[in-house]
Amino acid sequence: MTAFLSIRNLSISLQNGERILRSVNMELARGEVRGLVGESGAGKSMIGKAILGILPRALKIDEGEILFQGKNLLNLNPRELRKEIGANAALIPQDPLTALNPSHRIGRQITNRLVDILGWSKGDAVKRTYDLLDEVRIPDPKRVINSFPHELSGGMRQRILIASAFAAEPKLIIADEPTTALDVTVQKQILNLIGEMQSRHGTTLLFVTHDLGVVSKVCQSLSVLFLGKVIEDTNVFSFFDSPTHPYSKALLAATPKYTDPESDLIPVSEEILNSVKEEVVQLDLEWSNGR
Amino acid sequence: MGDNIFEIQNLSVDVFDMARKPIIGAAPRLEILKDITFNIQHRDVIGIVGGSGSGKSTLGRAMLRLIEPSGGKIVFEGKDITDLNESELRPLRRKFQMIFQDPMSSLNPRHRVAAIIGGPLKLHGFARVDFLIEEALDHVGLPKSFKFRYPHELSGGQRQRIGIARAIAVKPNFILADEIVSGLDVSSQAKILSLLQKLVIDLGLTLAFISHDLSVVRRLSNKIIVLKEGTLIESSLTNKLFETPEHPYTEELLAAIPLPDPGQVWE
Repeated sequence: MTAFLSIRNLSISLQNGERILRSVNMELARGEVRGLVGESGAGKSMIGKAILGILPRALKIDEGEILFQGKNLLNLNPRELRKEIGANAALIPQDPLTALNPSHRIGRQITNRLVDILGWSKGDAVKRTYDLLDEVRIPDPKRVINSFPHELSGGMRQRILIASAFAAEPKLIIADEPTTALDVTVQKQILNLIGEMQSRHGTTLLFVTHDLGVVSKVCQSLSVLFLGKVIEDTNVFSFFDSPTHPYSKALLAATPKYTDPESDLIPVSEEILNSVKEEVVQLDLEWSNGR
Repeated sequence: MGDNIFEIQNLSVDVFDMARKPIIGAAPRLEILKDITFNIQHRDVIGIVGGSGSGKSTLGRAMLRLIEPSGGKIVFEGKDITDLNESELRPLRRKFQMIFQDPMSSLNPRHRVAAIIGGPLKLHGFARVDFLIEEALDHVGLPKSFKFRYPHELSGGQRQRIGIARAIAVKPNFILADEIVSGLDVSSQAKILSLLQKLVIDLGLTLAFISHDLSVVRRLSNKIIVLKEGTLIESSLTNKLFETPEHPYTEELLAAIPLPDPGQVWE
């Protein structure tokens, strides 16, 4: 059986030839929750954007394929892509304030999605919006639907985006650091909410984050990305028990654990960074020779 | 021992609540901080913790007289600074410095690093400014050649080091660090934290560290105060707070930290 979503040999580079992703491979089964972990600049968000077909114009895809339910998304024209991905996938973005239109009321931003993507009537869409806001446990949906984004708190805004991501019952959701802007207690509520929604709807979830603590709470499996290369791909339990790649080990050692005050926070050492960089230089050399 | 660098007594801050302003007449006051009392001793590293909107940053800024308090007293090194005007404060400002959360917006993009660190040095009348700039860069582990760089040429972690260098260059007695690692990924975060730890020991700094991340605070501080909705709800030694939190909200904060451990039960 083919995987629900599989990324094969995906390479992306800037116009000047600088490589952003280096032959990335990743497979997601239906209903899987996979974490995509890496430092800033590792290329995590670019994978999500490539899947959704919203890569910045400055980037070009050199090779590889993204198979979504057996279809290669990279071969589709914009109209086919919209049909394939628009209805079946959604994004929960990092910053809820920039993701919501500041001059439209909340209700309209969710109902529009249902009307546009699923072709629902406005009445049905509004009814469904009430249900959705109820599902993400927003108190007083009537008031919220008529509010503007700036009138809501950060946690509330993130709930709205979760509701709107799940609105059209997508099969795939990409969550791009959905909780980094929130404080811990709100983060916990939001993570629990995402987990609950995911299991109720059976959605496949790709969870992009740099926080290993968060990954251990919501994901079943994870891919560790460094310099645009997947260096470890495993399930959560074996990763946190015994990471195999030296960089993964270093990343774990750099993650603070309040229960263990004696342990020193060790930044990823130059040695490890250099060894991975050398590997990458070698790869790039082979790659450019091969063309 | 035992002498306080800061004594905060019944500090309150309020602002006009424009959302509830009647059409005619003054807007009602909205209390941001209510009746906060605590002391910071020399060589303390104190963590200021709370959720977003709890008033952590307001407290820090009010202490440094960057925000006008509406009540209470701020005593710095035995001197009441609550009612000093700006020109009386100026000579004191050297002694308490601040490091900001977002280094990109707190470093002037048109200035080179030398001007960024040198500005406060000149303002406070230091001699041998060049030497002091290099010394500060050295303290934060950056090469001297960084003097000629602009902020946009630096990585997030390096920018934060420049922010630290600017604060320590004028040889302050007290530094306020406001969420200085929350924009960084774990590896850069670990580097900045161990740098701060080293500076605290090497330079004998007194530090107040504002953060919403208790794991980070535990690593650095010997005392912690917890704020919720503008009130100080718990003030305790670091180890004691983690072992036996007194206030239910502190417990809630602790329980909400995601440990890198899939076995952690999280309800």
